[in-house]
Amino acid sequence: MENKVYDLIIVGAGPAGLTASIYASRYGLRHLVIGSQEGGALSWAAEVENYPGFKKISGLDLTNKMVEQVKTLGAEVLAREVVSIEKKDGIFEVRLNKNQFFQSKTLLVATGTERRKLDVPGEAKYLGKGVSYCTTCDGNFFKEKAVAMVGGSNAAALGAYYLSEIASKIYLVYRRRPLRAEPFWQERLREKPNIEIIYETNVIEILGDENKATGVKLDKAYQGKKELSLEGVFVEIGGFPGTQLVKALGVELDEGGFIKVTVDMKTNIEGLFAAGDVANTTGEFRQIVTATAEGAIAANSIYKYLKGGQKNEGKS
Amino acid sequence: MQLDEQNFEEEVLKSNLPVLVDFSANWCGPCQMAGPIIDQLAEDYKGKVKIGKLNVDESPQIAQKYMVMSIPTVIIFKNGKEIKRQIGFPGKEGYIKILEESLKS
Repeated sequence: MENKVYDLIIVGAGPAGLTASIYASRYGLRHLVIGSQEGGALSWAAEVENYPGFKKISGLDLTNKMVEQVKTLGAEVLAREVVSIEKKDGIFEVRLNKNQFFQSKTLLVATGTERRKLDVPGEAKYLGKGVSYCTTCDGNFFKEKAVAMVGGSNAAALGAYYLSEIASKIYLVYRRRPLRAEPFWQERLREKPNIEIIYETNVIEILGDENKATGVKLDKAYQGKKELSLEGVFVEIGGFPGTQLVKALGVELDEGGFIKVTVDMKTNIEGLFAAGDVANTTGEFRQIVTATAEGAIAANSIYKYLKGGQKNEGKS
Repeated sequence: MQLDEQNFEEEVLKSNLPVLVDFSANWCGPCQMAGPIIDQLAEDYKGKVKIGKLNVDESPQIAQKYMVMSIPTVIIFKNGKEIKRQIGFPGKEGYIKILEESLKS
């Protein structure tokens, strides 16, 4: 069993966690990154056009570049799922399973968000049989078919735009009006004749023939019909914070369930820091660039904390 | 092992060992994460379970036949029949879990 105590363990290998690792390496902190998916939500993005330095890059390519930079600097990235985190005598214990755990003086939670589901009948039944949460993974299965994209954010707009090159027809179904997506995206969607936006409408059921999805039921009629016939339903309605692991430590959350942090990414728990989408810093504005920034700030803050033995203030 | 439309019947459906087939493609982020884990498991389960990868771009008919509409998906076949299916990337533990379950069944 590993008996060394790391300076820092970063849980989450998305942009926040990876950036924190880059800075931690440069500060000479002995640390470990553990994350079940390198890149996190970023790795799913078809294309990224708002991360400085890259006019256009796929989420997967950007992820790989970040991971490469992290590893070049000497950090370990473990592609594993953490099952529990405990704090004993001021030391964090991060467990991968019954027999394997790692210990550290500080912990950075950069676990991002988990995909929100529609929570309607038929959704679970037709998962992978028409229902998808990953446009880049599954878009190609719907060549020349009609699909729905549920959501109104940048991610939903990007997904619909990406699908417009593959599917014959895309219904973008959003519960509000107008879209939450940037004007940039709204304009791009207008250029696509095969995208139709249905506003102020909810999908209330996924219909199917037992083998696969065949349509969706809406809560109000669109062009006289409450049902749309289609084969794919993509769900892009944001996420809920991945705080399950740290709740038991008594970390303070805001009303939305995001981790409360100070401007230097401290939580109310001594030695515990949070950064990226899981932290309550930027409201609904959750970007790669805000995650990386927070990761860097957190690493700096952790470095100072370890060096000075400072206490977490616990004020947010 | 790389599976395709040519060797699928021989290597999967006629196999004496159970076979785990990983349906994936280059453009799928989570599939790229699963890839190295699948390779590792192929080593770990040598002699117990045959583990192969199938590129859905190169073998669309097989993906269609087994109604794979989401990747990564793994299907475990035993005696030519599907006995387990995992849709999405469950992490290494998730794959181990279904492998162990399929060895017991």
